[in-house]
Amino acid sequence: MSMFNIFNVSGSAASAQSQRLNVVASNLANADTVAGPDGAAYKARQVTFQTELMGSTGAAGVRVSNVSEDETPGRRVHDPKHPGADAAGYVTYSNVNPVEEMVNMISASRSYQNNVEVMSTAKSLLLKTLQMGA
Amino acid sequence: MLNRLTDTLNFHGQALGLRSERQRLLASNIANADTPGYVARDMNFAQALREATGAGTNGAAALATSQPGHLAGSAGARGEANLVYANASQNNLDRNTVDMDRERAAFADNSVKYEATLRFINGNVRTMLEAIKGQS
Repeated sequence: MSMFNIFNVSGSAASAQSQRLNVVASNLANADTVAGPDGAAYKARQVTFQTELMGSTGAAGVRVSNVSEDETPGRRVHDPKHPGADAAGYVTYSNVNPVEEMVNMISASRSYQNNVEVMSTAKSLLLKTLQMGA
Repeated sequence: MLNRLTDTLNFHGQALGLRSERQRLLASNIANADTPGYVARDMNFAQALREATGAGTNGAAALATSQPGHLAGSAGARGEANLVYANASQNNLDRNTVDMDRERAAFADNSVKYEATLRFINGNVRTMLEAIKGQS
């Protein structure tokens, strides 16, 4: 019965989207962190999705293939009184762009909802199939 | 005689199998809405059903028999041969061609038709049971 595969497909997509949401949360939480003692501030992270075949039936799920770090330089603010300032008086903040992260968050949560709805439709259809002929 | 009773059931059974296959296909498309490079797929349902019920003569799913003793390949609910790739309605930077509006609409349409097929089967079964019981 190929309908049971829908739960694997949509489940893998929901878990990938929730991992994306996790990364967004971590980025937003670190939006205002400054460089630590090692001089390196937090770098924004991004997930990459990849299609994953589920069995031999051609159903295509999703998985997170890797989590990459954004290598753009962090925001530098001149603030000599800041405890984290370097010799020139500059403080390096993380390179997180909060607007981008919010957009990412909304997109991830909408995709998550879509997949949950697919699963609930498949579930109700399967329940009706179980009662076939009754 | 008995196969006359079950012939309609057979047709609806094939249709139900194809519907569930298409449902899974659309679920795959929706799941991969954010995957770079993914190309959405859909099924040519009418043709797949024609081939599954044996009405089509020379479909893509049929096996060629060039020698005596070759198996002809039985008709059945297999949609693999009728998969088509969807064109992107709008070009995407990541070459993903899933159009969420189209997929959602197709998904809703397919689930309604799946349920309709289920009801046809249930109605058929009820009619047959009624006929078997007769006037008692």
